[in-house]
Amino acid sequence: MKLSINRFKANRLSVLWIAFVAVVLIHPTRTEAMKIQQVKSPGGIEAWLVEEHSLPLVAMRFAFTGGAAQDPSDNPGVSHFLTTMLDEGAGDLNSQAFQEKIEDLALKLSFSSTKDVFSGSFQSLSKNLDEGIKLLTLALSKPRFDKAAIDRMRQQIAAGLVHDLNDPNKVATREWFNLAFDGHPYGRSVHGTLETVKAISADDLRAYHKAVFARDNLKISVVGDIDAKQLGVLLDKVFGKLPEKSRLKKVVSATPPLGPKRKIIEMKIPQAVAQFGHRAFQRSDKDFIASYVLNYIIGGGGFNSRLMEEVREKRGLAYSVYSYISPYQHASIFLGGVATKNDGIQKSLQVITDVFKRMSVEGPSEEELKNAKRYLTGSYPLRFDTNSKIASQLLWIQVENLEPTYIEERNRMIEDVSIDNIKAVAKRLLKADGLIVTIVGQPGKMEEKG
Amino acid sequence: MRRLKILKTNHLSCVLLIAMTLTGLATNRADANRRTEHFTLKNGMEVVVIPDHRAPVVTHMVWYRVGSADEKPGRSGIAHFLEHLMFKGTEKIARGAFSKIISRNGGQDNAFTSHDTTAYYQRVAKDRLPLVMEMESDRMTNLKLYDEDVLTERDVIIEERRSRVDNNPQSILNEEMLSALYQTHPYGIPVIGWKHEMAQLTRQYAFEFYNNFYAPNNAILVVAGDVAADEVRKLAEKYYEPIPRRAEVKRSIRSIEPPHRAARRVELIDPRAGKPLFERLYLVPSYTTAKGGEAEAIQLLVKIMASGATSRLYKKLVVEDKKASSIGGWYTGTAVDSGRLGIYAIASDGVEMTDLEDGIDVVLEDIKSNGVTEEELERAKSGFLADFVYGNDSQTSMARRYGWGLITGQKISDIEERPARVSKVSASDIQDAAKKFLDRKRSVTGTLVADGSKKKQADKRKLAPSKS
Repeated sequence: MKLSINRFKANRLSVLWIAFVAVVLIHPTRTEAMKIQQVKSPGGIEAWLVEEHSLPLVAMRFAFTGGAAQDPSDNPGVSHFLTTMLDEGAGDLNSQAFQEKIEDLALKLSFSSTKDVFSGSFQSLSKNLDEGIKLLTLALSKPRFDKAAIDRMRQQIAAGLVHDLNDPNKVATREWFNLAFDGHPYGRSVHGTLETVKAISADDLRAYHKAVFARDNLKISVVGDIDAKQLGVLLDKVFGKLPEKSRLKKVVSATPPLGPKRKIIEMKIPQAVAQFGHRAFQRSDKDFIASYVLNYIIGGGGFNSRLMEEVREKRGLAYSVYSYISPYQHASIFLGGVATKNDGIQKSLQVITDVFKRMSVEGPSEEELKNAKRYLTGSYPLRFDTNSKIASQLLWIQVENLEPTYIEERNRMIEDVSIDNIKAVAKRLLKADGLIVTIVGQPGKMEEKG
Repeated sequence: MRRLKILKTNHLSCVLLIAMTLTGLATNRADANRRTEHFTLKNGMEVVVIPDHRAPVVTHMVWYRVGSADEKPGRSGIAHFLEHLMFKGTEKIARGAFSKIISRNGGQDNAFTSHDTTAYYQRVAKDRLPLVMEMESDRMTNLKLYDEDVLTERDVIIEERRSRVDNNPQSILNEEMLSALYQTHPYGIPVIGWKHEMAQLTRQYAFEFYNNFYAPNNAILVVAGDVAADEVRKLAEKYYEPIPRRAEVKRSIRSIEPPHRAARRVELIDPRAGKPLFERLYLVPSYTTAKGGEAEAIQLLVKIMASGATSRLYKKLVVEDKKASSIGGWYTGTAVDSGRLGIYAIASDGVEMTDLEDGIDVVLEDIKSNGVTEEELERAKSGFLADFVYGNDSQTSMARRYGWGLITGQKISDIEERPARVSKVSASDIQDAAKKFLDRKRSVTGTLVADGSKKKQADKRKLAPSKS
């Protein structure tokens, strides 16, 4: 009986499918095509699909835009708290019953919340997919938020926060965001504080769930042993009953103030840890791609980067020194980190500031630009060599509101960055005197600024 | 690792492709084009090829049968230091250029050191496989080191130690516990080295180690990805086979642990501690040293006892008694010599460490006395077997399965037949393993607390006459 119902639906749907399945052939690899299908379910839910039938696995990633920026302004940590609660019981299943089911089905299910996005990762063996999907559907639509489970997660989150208070990297980063985004949601901790976590209630979780879990802010990618028809049915099951529209608060754009700002947080540790950075360009900026290439040359390129060359290779001042650009939805930052023994940290920071200064005046060399392009374009296929990684890439591209063709255009955009272009961008982006710096440890005599 | 982590061989699983057919989890299509090949070059270098044609990318790894447990006394950290220095250059490759050349070819490279192995790897587009083979084979014999580079890099590894260990009280506890667990065996010495010994390492020590252990007949090449075994064979014959075999390359003789007669304790008081942390390590067999299925039984025991929200310890101490906010366990079974079984727990607010520890021991004793249920056994097995299949999604994790297995002395058949052996484990095997290996005399218990005064009070209370 089940079969006949399916067949009927399938026949009817196949017509729709021709209408709604758009197929894009992408060559992230240049040699063979990866087929991205843009699937629209009978109920109108869209997802990107790559079929891969050589392994009996299905990987799904999905995201609701909103993230921690949608936490109540006086109650940070709600979205993170929710990530721990969605597998703690749903529908008729209490926490233990739910967890047992996950293990019996050998599912991999996890949730996370960043500043802008609440996301989920679901992986199943093909043979358990139908049962697994039932469980995921319950988790997303009928979480129980039982008091015992909430209290248990509260203890775990609090233990993590206490741990973070003593982790110099975490403290330096937290303080950096406080300085850069004072009063903005991005300045608040995604995990909340000991005070807020103590007070977060089931009602808080429900309110967030209701406002953020909807269909108009949802992006989905699926890779694995499944076809478009099966996926259409699955999408309606999991996401079909969510409200049509989310109720997101407006988040204003933010531009971190320019330094110099320097904050020192005393901690009794042998090695000081510093975070340094300033504002950067958002993805919509015409110079975004050039700034991304520039970051590779400054501190994103490991042993190909100037920071690594000057701080580690030439001077042995640190094991790790790096930088990256984070283009959030409402701001963008250029941030780096370094860790050096207490009496050497000032030297490291001086070397780093000099790299910024010199780069802003002279820009990179032609050789550096060429090498950066060769790595950034040549290594792109390495992001597409497992089902899980492909699913993550496809989700991220959707969250950034880009098209599937981005995968092909990306390398061309990088190739198009000229030496004149990147020199001008170095001048426009880098502010050696405008850095916000936070230092955790015992750096000795050092003045605070700003 | 040169950029990321020193490997603590925390390998919960080690496995294969054939697993899928044995366990019926996969269809034939997967098996048909992904069969692993294994052969040996004339100079004694072993080669494993794991085809995966989904993306035009390959992972190329060379594993040496030498790790920090093969260091001479007083030279702790030399294996890892040499790993760093291997990137400094050869006659052909300019100073500091190794990783830059890989990057310019769109590749990623790194290396890692553990007690039992030092391994180097690159991930590149498949047409760059000849290039990375040429470079890796070149540095197997032609390393060139300048004093200046060696001294600067020594500062780097000492900063690495500060980042990894000295800045982090959990890592300090771990280091102290390992050195207490092993009375004489070098697994008790940290892979990164003791700081005062690291400060004495020289270019000459590095070359001695290199000359003693870096040879084709002491290495395993693992290539996974979009490549056929025949292609790899041809390339390996071209780049690796001309390197002459070296006579008598062997791991160092390692001390054998004497019988353990007393449970040990390590108590670390550190203001950076966070919530009170409990850890226990047991000395147990590894996959290499275990007899007939004992390692598989330990693996499942740990899963039932300590992994995840359905485990015995979590249910009792986190859910029911609320003595811990989190709890977990692991089995380090991939090792040349002994393995380790570990348990950790974070105490809930207001719970005394002794109370938490007693609670944990009650659960362990219960498993020893009453065993585990069939339902628990089946759940643990299905999770374990599914992890093999999930692992097949990544060519890198496949390369590591085989690399770890072979480098620690297992045979290909050991690796590939593991799922079948896991399937055969019975509930009574697990109870037997619990009785035999959860032996406090072969364990170290560690605690990390922020404030020592509380601990003293607890000790006093313990000494005070019992209320009853």
